[in-house]
Amino acid sequence: MDCNGPALRRAILVSVVFLAALFAAKGLKAQTPAGSFLASAVSQADIAKLDQRISAAQSSGDNAWMLVSAALVLMMTGPGLALFYGGLVRQKNTLAIMMQSFALMGLITVLWALVGYSLCFGSGTLVGGFEHAFLRGVGVEPNGDYAPTIPQLTFMIYQLMFAIITPALITGATAERMKFSGTVLFITLWFLVVYAPLAHMVWGKGGFLSATLGGKFPTLDFAGGTVVHISSGVSALVCALYMGKRHGYPKVPMPPHSLVLSFIGACLLWVGWFGFNAGSALASSGLASSAFVATHFAAAAAACGWSAAEWIKNGKPSALGAISGAVAGLVAITPAAGFVAPMPALIIGAVAGVVCYLMVTRVKAIFGYDDALDAFGVHGVGGTIGALLTGVFASRAINVVYHDVKGNATAVGWLDGNFGQVGYQFVGVIVAWVFALVGTLVLLKITDMLVGVRVSEEHEIEGLDVTQHGEEAYNLET
Amino acid sequence: MMKLEAIIQPSRFESVKDALREIGVEGMTVIEVRGHGRQKGHTEVYRGREYTVDLLPKIKIEMILPDKIVQSVVDTILRTAKTGKIGDGKIFLSRIDDAIRIRNDERGESAL
Repeated sequence: MDCNGPALRRAILVSVVFLAALFAAKGLKAQTPAGSFLASAVSQADIAKLDQRISAAQSSGDNAWMLVSAALVLMMTGPGLALFYGGLVRQKNTLAIMMQSFALMGLITVLWALVGYSLCFGSGTLVGGFEHAFLRGVGVEPNGDYAPTIPQLTFMIYQLMFAIITPALITGATAERMKFSGTVLFITLWFLVVYAPLAHMVWGKGGFLSATLGGKFPTLDFAGGTVVHISSGVSALVCALYMGKRHGYPKVPMPPHSLVLSFIGACLLWVGWFGFNAGSALASSGLASSAFVATHFAAAAAACGWSAAEWIKNGKPSALGAISGAVAGLVAITPAAGFVAPMPALIIGAVAGVVCYLMVTRVKAIFGYDDALDAFGVHGVGGTIGALLTGVFASRAINVVYHDVKGNATAVGWLDGNFGQVGYQFVGVIVAWVFALVGTLVLLKITDMLVGVRVSEEHEIEGLDVTQHGEEAYNLET
Repeated sequence: MMKLEAIIQPSRFESVKDALREIGVEGMTVIEVRGHGRQKGHTEVYRGREYTVDLLPKIKIEMILPDKIVQSVVDTILRTAKTGKIGDGKIFLSRIDDAIRIRNDERGESAL
């Protein structure tokens, strides 16, 4: 009896609900033929109400996904990138490199709240205006230009996370020898002078590279191939060349001190990247699913590509190679994620894995620059490959970007029938390269004059943890 | 009394230790060391950069032994530590003048 009780009650409840529904349906049927003016007026109001409820439900779903995505992208910087880079440096510089990532979580956030968001997403051709300075007008109401279904606050905090990780990527090139004070000043300037204008040009309303918001050279960049990866990667190269090699490089061995940390970091990056790319749909939509799948496929193919290349060349596939390959694939798919189908994503990943492998192993050795953690080799090169291949593989079946006069979807990428897109991608890449190159060089000079960029040789040998921060990563004796 | 220092392959250590216990060796001091003799190191490759690691991990066993068991201990180590390849290590023997047990001032072989 006891166990039958609840079942019985449920059965009764179900039948009552069923009967009620039946009656209601009959009532409606009886009313419809009557069809008086009054009845249609009521149903109009009902439809409006229903519309409101549906859009509220969609907004709630989109907002949930976008808040999670924002958190995932923050996770890419800390702990993801901090661990990835932290494991790759020598023991004496572990905290310094992690601190550089973490410091940006604080520094860029403050700058973002004051002027950053406005400079990136205000309106203007080269850079945004000050209309949203101090987050003026940024509330729970959506900003229809960017993301019509989520509160602008969500959009703002989501974009902030991109602004944090981008300069953090550069610290991979300056690792083990850059002053902390120099890093803080340089990144502050870089964020304002390089990142904000570039983000605005590509994503902002009226930006001249924007594909959907009235740009002259519509460059497709779904989640930041040019804005995030080319800008940081090319700046990283300039930094590496400007600062010179680490003391003893390349004669003194500088193997990674803990690939375990790097491994965990890379896996966190991979997971966080779903927020980065799928989140860039700015809605919990089919497009987000598409970007999610493309992201994952590219990472996997690139891990296979890099490992295979290494296996053939060295006879052994290394763990560092596999995780570096995955990151390269994630970088390359970033601009393409929301424009390409799963199979092209596999191709983009595989190409990025092999090419980035050759870049960091061969090309770097030929030119002899000391990009300590391969920020350029992975982000600059992977970002460029991705941006160009986006122009090849972008498809209207995935994302309708362009319309003809009748409103029909037209071709997006080369294989879709729009060869010109490759040219626009090229323009976007060149602009990002030149902008990052020149901007970084000037800002490094300024930083060097004001506080200096490089630590002294003794400090470099002693390690940045002790000399810059007064602590050590591992006090194993205590 | 003799001091025996044996540098052996880490992979053989458990067998050596068990065999020594079987023949009645009561104590030993073990140190993880790095070094090389004629055995060459190996190379590690990180993103295409090759590093030669020429100091390899070894286990060093130190024992002070009464004269009468020295030969059987040496035989046991030779038997159990051998893999037949370069890098199996070496045994060094030297004389010990005296031994003192800190707990009760005992001296000589009885202090071992």
